[in-house]
Amino acid sequence: MRRDLLFFSGFSLLVMLAPQLFKGGYLMNVLVFVGINTMLAIALNLLLGYAGQISLGHAGFFGLGAYLSGILTTTANLNPWLAMPLAAIIVGCLAGTIGFPILKLKGHYLAMATLGLGIIIYIVFNETIELTGGPSGLSGIPNLKLAGISFDSDVKNYYLIWGMALAVMLFSINLANSRVGRALRAVHDSEVAAQVLGVNARLLKVQIFALSAVISSLAGSLYAHTMTFISPTSFGFNFSIELLTMVVIGGLGSIYGSFLGAALLTLLPEFLRGANDYDIIIYGGLLVVMVMFMPGGMVRGIPAAFRKVVRRKEVRDHA
Amino acid sequence: MLEVSGITQIFGGVTALEAVSFSIAQGDITGVIGPNGAGKTTLFNIITGIYRQTSGTVQLEGRDVSGYPPEKLARLAMVRTFQNIELFSGMTVLENVMVGMHTKSTSGLLACALKMPWSISEERRIRSAAMKWLEFTDMVAYADTVAGNLPFGKGRLLEIARALAVEPRIMLMDEPAAGLNSQETVALAKLIKQIRDLGVTVVLVEHDMELVMDICDRIVVLNLGRKLAEGTPREIQESHEVIAAYLGDGD
Ligand SMILES: Nc1ncnc2c1ncn2[C@@H]1O[C@H](COP(=O)(O)OP(=O)(O)OP(=O)(O)O)[C@@H](O)[C@H]1O
Ligand SMILES: [Mg+2]
Repeated sequence: MRRDLLFFSGFSLLVMLAPQLFKGGYLMNVLVFVGINTMLAIALNLLLGYAGQISLGHAGFFGLGAYLSGILTTTANLNPWLAMPLAAIIVGCLAGTIGFPILKLKGHYLAMATLGLGIIIYIVFNETIELTGGPSGLSGIPNLKLAGISFDSDVKNYYLIWGMALAVMLFSINLANSRVGRALRAVHDSEVAAQVLGVNARLLKVQIFALSAVISSLAGSLYAHTMTFISPTSFGFNFSIELLTMVVIGGLGSIYGSFLGAALLTLLPEFLRGANDYDIIIYGGLLVVMVMFMPGGMVRGIPAAFRKVVRRKEVRDHA
Repeated sequence: MLEVSGITQIFGGVTALEAVSFSIAQGDITGVIGPNGAGKTTLFNIITGIYRQTSGTVQLEGRDVSGYPPEKLARLAMVRTFQNIELFSGMTVLENVMVGMHTKSTSGLLACALKMPWSISEERRIRSAAMKWLEFTDMVAYADTVAGNLPFGKGRLLEIARALAVEPRIMLMDEPAAGLNSQETVALAKLIKQIRDLGVTVVLVEHDMELVMDICDRIVVLNLGRKLAEGTPREIQESHEVIAAYLGDGD
């Protein structure tokens, strides 16, 4: 417990110092996205990695948060700080209501149902043109303001987004190591045994689905208020799959794993930009290799590889 | 304590149980025996709310609990272990037992995630109670072992420790000695008696006749989904029907 807190403090310190190291610049903008994607990956990981329930529609909840925030602050002229929690509550209630019937499904069927849900939400973004602006998007979404400071630059947004991302991380780490987190993992490992011990598996799954949607919605709101422009393409099926990839590559059932996965999948395309036409091949190939050699994700695979190297070196030094 | 009456279970065309009735007295160790496929596990699944019976009722301490889900029965202090061990294999031994404290704790999702003071003190209470049950089952040395890496016999003990954490008044065990060596079986017999001495009513499905005859106060015999006999170990050993069924010429 103590060690967890120390590790988290160290991590937070690094995150807060990063802008000094990179001296602003283009990378700051990418790191803002790493923060948003970290929140989203953690949200999905709580559902998939801890409770063992898949969702292929999480981009939909992300988009709902973004659009609700966007619409509430432009059309309805609401304060962004009010729009954000309001959007989260709406999305949470929606996910809770939908969760009850669809979380009865298991495995492939649940994957299909959530996939459908994501696609329906995407279609709604495109078709309700009066509300969302349709395919051409919604613009003029106001930045967040706090005590006279408007979050309108990359550095300011970095602190805003990462402040939230760190809060989501700590929240999730606490949850994972608690009575509720253990019940989630228990449902994952043996639902019947969890039930026999008094865990209401059905209710717990719905709760975590709703929480996951709420975190995704908050990330969506933050996205809308930092970008000031949103369009449906950011919230399609592709992005749901990308989130899933972040969670798996980073490490199922690990909060820091979700950060690693989000960081890799957000930074990689930027680094591969120089490789022109080959970028997508390198990107895909790297993912395949990583899944093959780190089946537990980066968060377990990297330390294991490191230990292996150290041990080899020790053997060599002794020889 | 527990009364099953007229339990029938039909799976498609198979009648797994047919009009089975018996009752179990508070504080007894009751054995449920019978050849493979007799319907013992099915009976346990019905009593513990995992299956819904085709017909018949289950009464727990005078209350009709037919159709109650397992989590509700856990709150009524009924718990069970499984024939094919069902551990939370990705969690440590201690965490497994801590899940057993679920009904004895109340902190909700937000209280846990925000580390409210009461959830912190509750967490401490859960941990120390779980340690107590690990001591009771002599599993302290494995507290931090990931359950999936336990030797088989220890896995069986962990299931028992985890079930005890629910503080049951009645505990059903499905073949707890299966796969244990003779030394482990002797220790298990002692443990089951200790559990009974805590005031827990024990119901036991078991193929190890020596164990059953040694520790059980009463025995119910099932064969081909029907109750064949019921009585004390001595009565059962002397019953011609039971002997015939076990020698395989019961048809
Ligand atoms: N879910 C199910 N669906 C269909 N048939 C089932 C199901 N569960 C049990 N059966 C059938 O019911 C009968 C009784 O099975 P059960 O597992 O209760 O026997 P058992 O007495 O526990 O046997 P064993 O000693 O081998 O554990 C068997 O014929 C089995 O095939
Ligand atoms: Mg059986």
